[in-house]
Amino acid sequence: MTKQDIINRVCNKADLSRAKAEEAVETVIELIKESLGAGEPVILRRFGTFQVRAKTKRMGRNPKTGEEAEITARRVVRFKSGKHFKSAVNEED
Amino acid sequence: MTKAELVEKVASQINLTKKQTEVVVNTVFQSITESLGEGKKVELRGFGSFRIRERNARTGRNPKSGDTVEVPAKRVPFFKAGKELRELVDGESETE
Repeated sequence: MTKQDIINRVCNKADLSRAKAEEAVETVIELIKESLGAGEPVILRRFGTFQVRAKTKRMGRNPKTGEEAEITARRVVRFKSGKHFKSAVNEED
Repeated sequence: MTKAELVEKVASQINLTKKQTEVVVNTVFQSITESLGEGKKVELRGFGSFRIRERNARTGRNPKSGDTVEVPAKRVPFFKAGKELRELVDGESETE
């Protein structure tokens, strides 16, 4: 599923023009990014939580060459799926 | 940011009613949930992708009683941030 598929669904369900649906979906994504960019978590009940986590530097290894290399401290996005999302994925087909 | 706050922001930014915006936001996340439920990944350029990760069955332990329990194999939703989001989030780490 791509962004276009999601826009199509929004178009139908929310009864919006395609252009407006596209703008709406893009805005949703942009605002989530902005929030995470500012270090603020995004908490969406049932779906899950996006959070920014600080990672300390550590030693890693280049899997290709086997050489040791330091992995610098960084901030990463972590997604923790909600109950509803988890169970949707685990339902037997 | 909660879903209610997200809805409010989207609504005022693009001039939609709150009701419509709520349908938009719910549809976006419901679509992603359903797609993964059908075993299909979702890719959103600039943001990231949602995929299914298979977890093998393993022997776990009840931390309270110490009993061993068989944890069955399962599938879990997994999000991988895209390059743009990764860079955006990591961008300010140098200031610390």
